[in-house]
Amino acid sequence: MKPVISLRWAPYFFLSPFLVLFIVFGIFPLLFSLVLAFQSWDPVRGMDSMQFIGLENFNFLIQDEWFWKSLYNTLWLAFVSGIPQHLVAIPLAAYIHRSLNKTRNLVVGIYFIPYITSTVAMAILFSALFSTDYGVVNSMIAWLRQIPGLALILPSTAIDWLGEPSNIKPAISLMVFWRYVGFNTVLYLAAMQAIPKETYEAARLDGASTIQQFFYITLPLLKPMMFFSVTLSVIGGLQLFEEPFVLTGGRGGSDQAGMTTAMYMYRTAFEFNDFGTASAISWALFFVVAILTWVTHRMFSTSGRS
Amino acid sequence: MSDLINHMKALSKKVIWKKLLANICIGWLSATACGVRAENVTINVAAFPALDQIVKAALPEFYKVHPEIKVHVLSREFADHHTAMTTAIATGSNMPDVMLLESGYMGRFADSGALEFLTSPPYNADQYQSKFVSYTFPQGSSAEGKLIAMPTDIGVGALFYRKDLLDRAGLKESDLTQSWESFVQAGEVLKQKTGVYLVGNARDLKDIVIRSNLQPGEGIYFDVNGKVLVESPRFVRAFKLARMVRQNKLDARTMAWSAEWSESFKRGTVATQMMGSWFGGHLANWLAPETRGLWRTAALPDGAFASWGGTFYAIPNKAEHKKEAWELVKFMTLDRDRQLAAFKTQDSFPALIATYQDTYFDQPVPFLGNQKSRLLWRDLAAKTPAIPLNKLDPIADEIINTEMDKVLAGKKEIELALADAAIMLQKRIRHSMRR
Repeated sequence: MKPVISLRWAPYFFLSPFLVLFIVFGIFPLLFSLVLAFQSWDPVRGMDSMQFIGLENFNFLIQDEWFWKSLYNTLWLAFVSGIPQHLVAIPLAAYIHRSLNKTRNLVVGIYFIPYITSTVAMAILFSALFSTDYGVVNSMIAWLRQIPGLALILPSTAIDWLGEPSNIKPAISLMVFWRYVGFNTVLYLAAMQAIPKETYEAARLDGASTIQQFFYITLPLLKPMMFFSVTLSVIGGLQLFEEPFVLTGGRGGSDQAGMTTAMYMYRTAFEFNDFGTASAISWALFFVVAILTWVTHRMFSTSGRS
Repeated sequence: MSDLINHMKALSKKVIWKKLLANICIGWLSATACGVRAENVTINVAAFPALDQIVKAALPEFYKVHPEIKVHVLSREFADHHTAMTTAIATGSNMPDVMLLESGYMGRFADSGALEFLTSPPYNADQYQSKFVSYTFPQGSSAEGKLIAMPTDIGVGALFYRKDLLDRAGLKESDLTQSWESFVQAGEVLKQKTGVYLVGNARDLKDIVIRSNLQPGEGIYFDVNGKVLVESPRFVRAFKLARMVRQNKLDARTMAWSAEWSESFKRGTVATQMMGSWFGGHLANWLAPETRGLWRTAALPDGAFASWGGTFYAIPNKAEHKKEAWELVKFMTLDRDRQLAAFKTQDSFPALIATYQDTYFDQPVPFLGNQKSRLLWRDLAAKTPAIPLNKLDPIADEIINTEMDKVLAGKKEIELALADAAIMLQKRIRHSMRR
C-alpha cells in the first residue's frame, strides 16, 4: 500500500506541530524585530508607514540617557540578586544533601515554591511587605531596634522602600533572590546527588573533615553545574522584567531607579509607541547577554585549566 | 480549552448554516427574502471596564430601535485594550467596528489616519458639537481639527477633602481652594494640628499646575507648532510648589492606586485628593466606604481646571459595518437616557449637555455629606478648556516626571532639571522626525 505521505515528507509532517508554532512564535518575531530595529514605524499608521532609517535607532540609543540608566540598573540587579543566590544555594544544598533524609523532598519542595508561584501575586505581596507605614519589613526593623546595640545601626525612621530611588534596587534584589534561590538549590542538589559516595568515603578514611570534603570534593565536582546555573542567572538577570515591573507599578519607580532594560524596551514599544527603537533596544540587550554569557564561559573554563 | 472547542463548534455550525442558507437562496432565486436576511449584521465593539458594562446594559434598548443589528462586546483590561487596538490598526486584522478610546491615548490615535473622520459625510457629526461639553470635541479631534471619536464620558477634575479633618484643624474650604499658596499653608496647619498629610504625593500639584492656565495654542508640553514649553513659568511654578510640599513633609509619598495609597484613605492619614469626579464613587465603593459623610468636593485650588480622562467612541476606516457602527455610537452618545443610566450605575459623568437638567444632578450625594456635588462638577465641566495633544505627550510626561523625582529627592535644582528636560525632549523630537 502506498503511504499517505511520502517518506521524504513524513518527518516534517510529524514535526509540524512544533515547527509551525516555532516559526510563528519563535522565528518570525525574531526576524521581524531585526528588521524593525532598522526601521521607523508608527504602528497606528499601519504597515505602509514603515521606513528604513539605517542605524538611526542605534545612534539614538548610544546617546540616550535612559538606555544607559536602564542597563546600569539591570547589571546592578543581576549582580546583587544573582551572586547571593549561588553563595546561599550551594551551602544550603550541601546541608540538605548531608543532613536531611526523610524530610529532604519536603524541604526542597518548600524552597522551590517561590519559583513556581505567579510573579504578579508575589510582587503584590512584596509591595505590601515593603510598605513604608504599614509594611512588615519596617515593623521588623522598628522591633529590632528595641534590642540594645541594634538601635545604633538600624534607621530610626520608616524606610521608604519603593519611593526612594536608592532603596528600590535593594528591595527588588531581595525579591529576585528569594524567588530563585530555591531553584538553584534544586540544581545543585541534583548535581551533588550524582557525586559518587565512594569519593567521600575515601576522603573520610584519609581523615578529611566535613569542611574539607566540601571544599575539595563537592565544590570542584559541582563546577559543570555551577557553569550551567550561573549562565541561567546571567541570562535571566539581564532579562529581568516582571518583578520590577509589578513592584514599581510599571514605571520603574522614582527616578526610574528600578527600570530594567527589558522594561524600558516594553515601555518604548507600548507606552511611547516607538516599535523601531524598542526593537533596537532588544537587540542591544541581546548583545550584552551574549557578551556576558561568553565572559561567564571564559571564567569557568580558564579557572578549570589552572 | 473546552471553551475554545465549544466556540469552534459554534463557529463551524454558523458557517454550515450560512452555506445552507446561501444555497437555499440560490435555489429559490427569491431576492427579497434573502435580502432581509443579509441585512442582519453583527458588529463588534472593543471595550474595557466599565464601558463594556455600560454598552451591554444599553443593548436591550438598542435592539428595540435596531432589531437588525446584533452587537458583540469584546472586553479587555484597560492597557491591554489599547495595545490590542494599536495592533489591530497596525496589522489591519481583527478590526472591531466600534473602538472605545480613552483620552490619554488620543494623542496616539488622533493623527493615525486609521479612524473615520466623523465630521465628514456620511456622519456629519459637527451638527452635534453644541450638544456636548465644549472641550470634548477638540479633545476627540485630529491636529487638523477633524473629529475622530465621539465623546461619551468626561473626568471633571475636582478636589476631594475630609471635612472632619479640616474642622479639627480650624480650616475652611476656601483655605484650600483660594490659591496654591494657601493650599500649601493649609497643609501645614493640618499637619500641625491633626498630624495628617495634605496630599498623597507632591507630584499631584505639579500635574495640575502644568495643565492649568494654558495660553491659546499651547498644549501641556508643546505648542501647536511643536515648540517645547517645559522651561516656561508654568513648569517652574509647578516644580516649586511640589518641592515645597515635599520639603515641608506634607505628602504621604504614595503612588496613586498603590496599596499604600488606598490604605491611607481607609486610615484617614491623607486629607485631600485631586482627581476626576468619579473618584467619589471609588471612595464610596471600595477605597474607604466607612468614611461615608466625611468627604466633600470642591473646585481645584487657584481656579484651576483639569480633566482626568474621558472616553470616546471611534470607528476604524477598515471596519466592516461602519453604518451600523455609527448607529450604535449615536445611540450611546446622543441618547439622554443612556448617558444618565451610565452616570447612575458606573459614575461615568456624561459628556452630553442634555442630561444636565435632569433631577439626578440636584440630588444630594450621601457619601459626600449630602452635598449637591454633581451640580458643582457640571459647572466645572463647562469651564474646562480643551488641551491640544501631541503624540510625544507620553514621553514628555515621563521626562518631566523623572526630572521631578530628581528635584523632589533634592538632587537637582529646578532650573537645571527643566533645562535638561528640554534637551531630552528636543532629542526625542529629532529622533521622531528622523524616524
